[in-house]
Amino acid sequence: MSAANTPLPGWVTFFLMPLLNLVTALLISGLVILMIGQNPLEAFGILINGALGSGMGIGFTLFYATNFIFTGLSVAMAYHAGLFNIGSEGQAYVGGLGCALVALALDNYVPWYVTMPFAVLGAALFGAAWAFIPAWLQAKRGSHIVITTIMFNFIGAALMVYLLVHVLKPAGAMSPETRGFLPGGQLPSLNWLMAMFGSRLGPAPLNVSFIIALVMCVGVWFLIWRTKFGYSVRALGLSPSAATYAGIPYARTVILTMLLSGGLAGMMALNVVMGSADRLQVEFVAGAGFVGIAVSLMGRNHPLGIVLAAILFGILYQGGAQVSFMMPQITRDMIVMIQGLVILFAGALEFLYRPALVRVFGRRQMARA
Amino acid sequence: MIDIIIGMLGSTVRLSIPLIFTALAGLFSERSGIFDIGLEGKMLASAFAAAVVAYYTGSPWLGLLGGIGISIVFSIVHGYASITARGNQIVSGVALNFVAAGLTVVLGNAWFRQGGRTPQLENTARFTGIQLPGADAARDMGFLGKFYSDVISGNNILVYLAFLTVPIVWWVVYKTRFGLRLRAVGENPGAVDTAGISVTWLRYRAVIIAGFLCGFAGTYLSIAQSASFINNMSAGKGYIALAALIFAKWKPVPVMLACLLFGFLDALSNFMQGKSMPFIGEVPVQIFQAMPYILTCVLLAGFIGTARPPKAGGVPYTKER
Repeated sequence: MSAANTPLPGWVTFFLMPLLNLVTALLISGLVILMIGQNPLEAFGILINGALGSGMGIGFTLFYATNFIFTGLSVAMAYHAGLFNIGSEGQAYVGGLGCALVALALDNYVPWYVTMPFAVLGAALFGAAWAFIPAWLQAKRGSHIVITTIMFNFIGAALMVYLLVHVLKPAGAMSPETRGFLPGGQLPSLNWLMAMFGSRLGPAPLNVSFIIALVMCVGVWFLIWRTKFGYSVRALGLSPSAATYAGIPYARTVILTMLLSGGLAGMMALNVVMGSADRLQVEFVAGAGFVGIAVSLMGRNHPLGIVLAAILFGILYQGGAQVSFMMPQITRDMIVMIQGLVILFAGALEFLYRPALVRVFGRRQMARA
Repeated sequence: MIDIIIGMLGSTVRLSIPLIFTALAGLFSERSGIFDIGLEGKMLASAFAAAVVAYYTGSPWLGLLGGIGISIVFSIVHGYASITARGNQIVSGVALNFVAAGLTVVLGNAWFRQGGRTPQLENTARFTGIQLPGADAARDMGFLGKFYSDVISGNNILVYLAFLTVPIVWWVVYKTRFGLRLRAVGENPGAVDTAGISVTWLRYRAVIIAGFLCGFAGTYLSIAQSASFINNMSAGKGYIALAALIFAKWKPVPVMLACLLFGFLDALSNFMQGKSMPFIGEVPVQIFQAMPYILTCVLLAGFIGTARPPKAGGVPYTKER
């Protein structure tokens, strides 16, 4: 039996392999830290402590994780149908427009809990709309979805800059952003959640979006593994030709899946636009769409895995910020590099250690069988 | 008016050079069946390496060598992930873009403490403009003379190399045995394998050539067009080059034309900034910025011809046993 097909115990595939990949990425990051004359152990100590050592740290970590849960779910949703959505970044960006318009329209009149459902809807609709054209092009014209979604990231960025500079910026303001939302357009923080664990959130912007994200995880799990539509999505992902032959409508399933994927990405905007910045700003997505690719892959496209992977990236973000604060030699850009390495080893090189693991665990299992 | 047109054409040429090198790099990789959205990262990494090496050695040629070197290292990592480890090529490309964006600033900041910038280079450490013979005399001889003296002459050596690379790439891809096999392996690696040619080695050579060419693009940015490396200096040019490659349907001469077109749009958006047009008013620069991507999508949709990518692109090759 070749190494590629030897079955491995579940915990090796779902736990040990991602862990080894992660450790490799961190080792290389450690080497880079050594290269610039700093102590990597000290840096990682600060990173972990900064991310998990206080209520505020945890609050920031979960705040970042919320972004990555949404984008991770977005990538995973499409991935189950065999579609590679590189456009979560752009869909989240345009989704921000949807929720900002709702907030701007309602914040003066109603409390946040009335605004919120409309904002969720607005964000999801705008995100889905931005995924629609690439989806339609894939389903009806055969254009490669990877390429069209990349293009749409840039078209979306240009559109949003135009709108923020020329349309949404209040008269007389200098920076390209909307006016600040009133409390009716702000999502409340989860102080009470932290208080339950006897801790304080402080200024960390962890907000209701985190709960919406968890609800979406359950929703995606149910949709993909417990409904007829989810079955057709997975069938399409396994073999488009077999699925079509079995009577699953290709174009409709592709478009619907991408709309859901774009909608999930769009909802990411709630967390930043209404949960922390309280206004729509240029480039607020800040790469979360691309991190979603890594989150989805590390989480093996399963909502539970996605939550764990998203928290991991949240730790990197918050801890990294703390490192750059305590060790000025290490700039925030170190996080970007570590992210890149994690994406490389956990995503592109995800089976790097498989042959070695097969040698250790594969045989044992065969002997048992 | 003539001065404006000449000025526009001059900046079109200068802005399209990094696109030409990068898109030709992508051409080799993608023709061999390896998607490369890490072009952006390679361009950025090589821009940084070129600036650093040129600063320490004072030689632009060694800078170029450094730029090419680091770009090839990135290519080999991408090759290892997508060819040997049969990983996902898109993910590998995204990862390398992240690594390049972070690493360049971290190292730049640690070494030079200028917020990620590298120190300003002397002109002797850069590729500077070359006056072609008769350029000064030609300047007074009407439009063609001005065109010769201000658009054709006065560019740095990398500009001429870029335009020289186009026919060379055409010749390699269409007239050599390697080119034939390259095109074949992107369409049907199984057939190439059956013919007893190593798919792996062929693809590695293709991605290494891609790294080599990206090295020129990055070097051009940091030590020819400017005199230092700046944070995120590639600013999406790698993706525009990717769009140009698709727009040109993976063919060398159309690649050059597409890059010139996209360079022209870039020049136009710089020129139009803050100017208003008769009847229309001020045209938002974002329209020009989005145009390459919009055009590429329209082309991909099959509304203006069709763009058919190499058939085996993005799929790792597994030898049958």
